[in-house]
Amino acid sequence: MQANSSAPIVRFENVTKSFGELTVLRQLDFDVAPAEKVTIVGPSGSGKTTILRVLMTLEKPNDGVIWVNGEPLWHQKSGDKLVPASEKHLRKVRGSIGMVFQHFNLFPHMTALRNVTEAPIHVLKMPKGDAEQRAVELLQKVGLSDKLGHYPSQLSGGQKQRVAIARALAMRPKVMLFDEVTSALDPELVGEVLNVIRELAEEGEMAMLLVTHEMGFAREVSDRVVFFDKGRVVEQGPPEQIFGSPQNERTKAFFNAVLRH
Amino acid sequence: MSEQFFDWEYVISFMPKLLEGLVVTIEVTIVAFILAAILGLLMALGRRSSNPWIAQPIGALVEFIRSTPLLVQLFIFFYVLPRYGLRMPAFIVGTIALGLHYGTYTSEIYRAGIDAIDRGQWEAARALNFSPVRTWVGIVLPQAIPPMIPALGNYLVAMFKESAQLSAITVVELTLTARTIGTQSFRFLEPFTMAGVLYFLISYPSSLVVQRLEKRYAGK
Repeated sequence: MQANSSAPIVRFENVTKSFGELTVLRQLDFDVAPAEKVTIVGPSGSGKTTILRVLMTLEKPNDGVIWVNGEPLWHQKSGDKLVPASEKHLRKVRGSIGMVFQHFNLFPHMTALRNVTEAPIHVLKMPKGDAEQRAVELLQKVGLSDKLGHYPSQLSGGQKQRVAIARALAMRPKVMLFDEVTSALDPELVGEVLNVIRELAEEGEMAMLLVTHEMGFAREVSDRVVFFDKGRVVEQGPPEQIFGSPQNERTKAFFNAVLRH
Repeated sequence: MSEQFFDWEYVISFMPKLLEGLVVTIEVTIVAFILAAILGLLMALGRRSSNPWIAQPIGALVEFIRSTPLLVQLFIFFYVLPRYGLRMPAFIVGTIALGLHYGTYTSEIYRAGIDAIDRGQWEAARALNFSPVRTWVGIVLPQAIPPMIPALGNYLVAMFKESAQLSAITVVELTLTARTIGTQSFRFLEPFTMAGVLYFLISYPSSLVVQRLEKRYAGK
């Protein structure tokens, strides 16, 4: 675990999530420090994506407590007890988390610009002019200042994913989740998306939690790499250690399989 | 009156009255369609409610209305409800019954349209912290409704024709007007033929428009 004196921005405490018979998170304990860049790697079906999904409140954990910025996410305090969160509480805590999806999930009936301004205007109640100004800046940052009026159907996969990143950034999250964001892209478009994420990582202030199969990229941007398998953290540490000299047999076997090609 | 097989002078004499009936038919159709479009959406949303005390009674009501004849519903509204103090003009009763009946059909269109929205759209809306109302109004319905337009158009045309059933509860629309004209002069051939022609002149071009809409939305 990283030596970081400040309180974690995200903390999983004994979190369990199962879908019917299948347990995808087993009593998971897991912290992310503010501004930390953490990459989760592991075999498919190991529950990596579920970590992001319960944190984004897209899946409800069966057990355990998740803390975001010192507040329970799926619970709220009632006296000194934790009770299931109301929709209002969920919305409040969820506000500090953003997510970029594997399949972009852009709103197809809105232009790139409106995809980015919609949530700031209706959720943050930002004046339209301010929201648009900020959206233009963000789309410029992801290299799409010439695509403001384009609809998602007029954009390539890489461009769509960059709009999706700008859209998530517009909400100024403290933690950004990237769920296999290059997996649905043609190989030649992966680089432009990774470049944008790399820049965000270098800027630093936002915590980032990435699930990816791009091992070289993970090694490059992460403060910490977590090898996850069968619902548990098998091994974690700085990228040099995890990629260079993994200790656990399962980690070794996994990297042997994926790094061979 | 002459002894011709089809008396055009007679037609000319009753045409103004028949056109008044047509206007009533169109009014009933438009108001009932608006009602059906709104009630259908509310019924579709109600059936999706996570609260079983809302979803199940609405589901049962929709199935009941869909599975019984419009004419029976018209009679219940017109003859039975006044006994319990709910007395309304035939035009209003007929329009509400027609709108409610077709609302159960449009609710199925809404349901299919809403179900067709990708799960990722809901997830993105949640990740961006939209309120439930904003998710429906800003994200889901604007995507769900355009592909429904041809199917809704088909029901509009169907309602235009089915509104003839309102004649059974004394709404003086096109069909009842034709019948009244016939009864007064004992000649039914001309008024019913002309009523049929008027129905056709409106519903056939309308169904062509719907076909064009179908092509347009199918291409997307």
